[in-house]
Amino acid sequence: MSILHELTYTTNAVPEERHANYLLEVKNFSLTIERVEKGYTPERLYVIRDFHLKIHHGEIVAIVGASGSGKSLLADAILGIHPKNSMIEGTVNFEKSPLTEKRKKQLRGKDIMLLPQMTNALDPLMKVGKQVQTFIKQKNKQKVLKSIFQKVGLSPTIIKEIPSTLSGGMIRRIFIAMALASEAKLIIADEPTNGLDLEALDELLLQLKILANDHRAIVMITHDIEAALKIADKIAVFYAGETVEIVPRKNFTKKGEKLRHPYTKALWNALPQNGFVPMDSSQPSPSIVIKGCVFSDQCPKATKICRIKKPKLQEISDNEMVRCLYA
Amino acid sequence: MKSTFQMDSQNTIHRKRLLLKIIGLLFFFFIFVLSGFLIGEEQIEANLSEKNLSPSLVHLFGTDWLGRDMFMRTLKGLNLSFQVGLLASSISAVLALTLSLLASKSRLLDYIVTILIDLFLSIPHLVALILIAFVLGGGIKGIVVGIALTHWPTLTRVLRAEIMQIKSAEYVQLSKKLGKSRMWIVKHHFIPHLIPQLFVGFVLLFPHAILHESAITFLGFGLSPEQPAIGIILSESMKYLSTGMWWLVLFPGISLIAMVAIFDALGNNLRKFINRE
Amino acid sequence: MQLTNIAKFILLRTMKFTILLFAVIALSFTLVSFSPVDPVQSYLGAEMMVVSEEQKEEIAEHFGVNEPKYKQFFNWMKMFLQGDLGTSLLYRQDVFSIIQEKFLASFALMAISWAVSGIFGYGLGVIAGMNKGTIIDRAIKFYCFTLASTPTFWIAILLLIVFSLWLGLYPIGLGTPIGMLAEEVTLLDRLKHILLPALTLSIIGVSNIALHTRQKVVEILDAEFIRFARAKGEEGILLFARHGFRNTLFPAISVHFTSFGELFGGVILAEQVFSYPGLGQAIVQAGLNSDVPLLLGIVVFSAFFVFVGNLLADLLYYIIYLRMKNGEMI
Repeated sequence: MSILHELTYTTNAVPEERHANYLLEVKNFSLTIERVEKGYTPERLYVIRDFHLKIHHGEIVAIVGASGSGKSLLADAILGIHPKNSMIEGTVNFEKSPLTEKRKKQLRGKDIMLLPQMTNALDPLMKVGKQVQTFIKQKNKQKVLKSIFQKVGLSPTIIKEIPSTLSGGMIRRIFIAMALASEAKLIIADEPTNGLDLEALDELLLQLKILANDHRAIVMITHDIEAALKIADKIAVFYAGETVEIVPRKNFTKKGEKLRHPYTKALWNALPQNGFVPMDSSQPSPSIVIKGCVFSDQCPKATKICRIKKPKLQEISDNEMVRCLYA
Repeated sequence: MKSTFQMDSQNTIHRKRLLLKIIGLLFFFFIFVLSGFLIGEEQIEANLSEKNLSPSLVHLFGTDWLGRDMFMRTLKGLNLSFQVGLLASSISAVLALTLSLLASKSRLLDYIVTILIDLFLSIPHLVALILIAFVLGGGIKGIVVGIALTHWPTLTRVLRAEIMQIKSAEYVQLSKKLGKSRMWIVKHHFIPHLIPQLFVGFVLLFPHAILHESAITFLGFGLSPEQPAIGIILSESMKYLSTGMWWLVLFPGISLIAMVAIFDALGNNLRKFINRE
Repeated sequence: MQLTNIAKFILLRTMKFTILLFAVIALSFTLVSFSPVDPVQSYLGAEMMVVSEEQKEEIAEHFGVNEPKYKQFFNWMKMFLQGDLGTSLLYRQDVFSIIQEKFLASFALMAISWAVSGIFGYGLGVIAGMNKGTIIDRAIKFYCFTLASTPTFWIAILLLIVFSLWLGLYPIGLGTPIGMLAEEVTLLDRLKHILLPALTLSIIGVSNIALHTRQKVVEILDAEFIRFARAKGEEGILLFARHGFRNTLFPAISVHFTSFGELFGGVILAEQVFSYPGLGQAIVQAGLNSDVPLLLGIVVFSAFFVFVGNLLADLLYYIIYLRMKNGEMI
């Protein structure tokens, strides 16, 4: 706990010269699933409509959005393992050059890696040691493996065990061990905090922070804004498939005066410690085309024009963006 | 709001298509199976002036060594198989319903029924069929009883599980508390719930019944040689194989497969329709 | 610890089966005793006319036909427990040794077709599952569903037409060449004659295992650990070899073991078409010629055979379960 606190309040400051030197840069990204099934009229699901994200080495960015809003597909799309019937558009740059499907194939598992959410992400019949070992590229694999296990607080005796004998907490540490073993520059953590109690949560966040201090960039996909606020440098708020706002963590204060988007404010104020202001958690269905602002149906400030005109994502500073006509 | 509405309409379209499929299959079934009723004895009579003819427009499936038209014989055979299947499957279904209801009565009865199921599943179907056909001296009786006795266990399992589920349902518990008799509950809660499953199970029994009927007849335990059953046609044809009359084997066999496949598809589509998959 | 658990498991199953076997015997015996067939007549066959009444009485006495049914049953049971299944009327030989001899022939046939259909079925299932929804998948599914509706004996006759009639590669029928003593038959001859019935059973046997494997592969591909493996950069054959194979093979083998009953039925039909001298032909002959002891013997044996299959299937699952629980590798 105390270490976490210490780490938490030292935001990894980005040196000036690296500002434009993003590790991953996503612009105008969209993912549409086309469902053509026998007996159904073809249907399009606009799962991700307009997504933006920029992340530096060593930075932690949390993508916060409601459950079931297609965040996991975002991770799949960046890794290039999205379903075959989905189309993606937009710009994705990794280390300044376009991340094509071919390049994704080369990089996934090496430079870019997924930190899965569920404990069933391990092959149930393969020794855990062997599953971690596939990431180790150095010689002397056994030795490296042991030291990594120790680093994440796992006894090397479990190297020869299969996942079913390990606890959920141990399996999460195995995931971290995989990330440590890999040479990944970008780690996409998909709902890493799901179903964790407070203690386990802090431990996991601490480990993510250690990974970040190891100069790796971490994209943390989550619905848990509180967990995100504990370690993320920036929060990208995700609603109905769009990035509606990108805010540095320090802007989440008091009643949310420094937050610009109404949805972000609603999220913040719905937290128990901020007054528990109830919010309508529904989202527009991904099957409909939205002409105006995606939040206009729920927004307390929405005007007529919001329903017709789609707001652009305005860049306020290097770390701040917002998509609202009235921000 | 909008999305659920869309899902609903999609679902209706889906179900409509299923229904269309079922109707189409029924149509095939009628042509295939019921046309046999229209065929009189004179159409499959021996006609020595037209023997051993290979398939042509006049004789679609050719003729055999007695000059009998194979197309007509095949249709007649399918019709016969259908009748045997219908009878045997009906008895099986009734057995399954009775036993599954019995099993729901008490623990002991449930145990006995489970043992009976295990017992009948422990002997290969064809072996049991041979045994029963032997005991009953072959013929239609042997086949029908044999198939009926060997095919009830799987359906009984399905129904038994279904009843267990209903039994714990709230409305049944409520009826019990209200003092309704067991018969009342069976009649008003169990049976209406089981009818669709029973019906689907019954249709799905058909393909098995027909295949087993033809197999046991082929082996010589089933229908007598005078009857134009597919099994008889095929076992007779085997004797004439060396004369090179392949059509005696090919077409009746394909027709049998088609009929079995139609029933299988019918049963599966009905199940989807009833279970609202 | 492990071994005692497994031994316990086998023992429990065997005990349950023994009870079931007694029920099978009792049921079969009761059924047979209702049969209108006169054992004396079926024993004598055409000689019925020339044998005197006294001799018939003697034969009846010998078989114990005149005793009450329950007594006959206990006599038979007593003999059965001593390993004596009686004498076959047809072969005039000890039923036990007939079953032994015939089963050896059938076993070769079953083993080959079981293995071949298992390997091909598994392979087809994997291909279909990995390519779910494509034309390949549909073709395999169509093939399997059609086979499920196809009578075994019809496939057998078709093969006979193609290989014997058209290609002239085989004489029609007979497991061993005509006019040769069983000892003179070479291994090659045996192999040649086992080929067509084995092919028949292999073609038919593919369906179930392929459909099951396909389902399992589709399920596994949806699993989170496959998504993760993909995210790790694994795909195609490597992905399947690393994660799919291990997770689908054992369930497939297990399911394949439960198909022993159908295999036995198939053997009866295939042996009949190809005149292959195995257990299947024996039971048909026993049934057609009212050879009650042989018929009963084979019925009991078939139940035993099915039991062994189911036991192996359950055992495999049990061992996997134990290993998963104890965290050992498979």
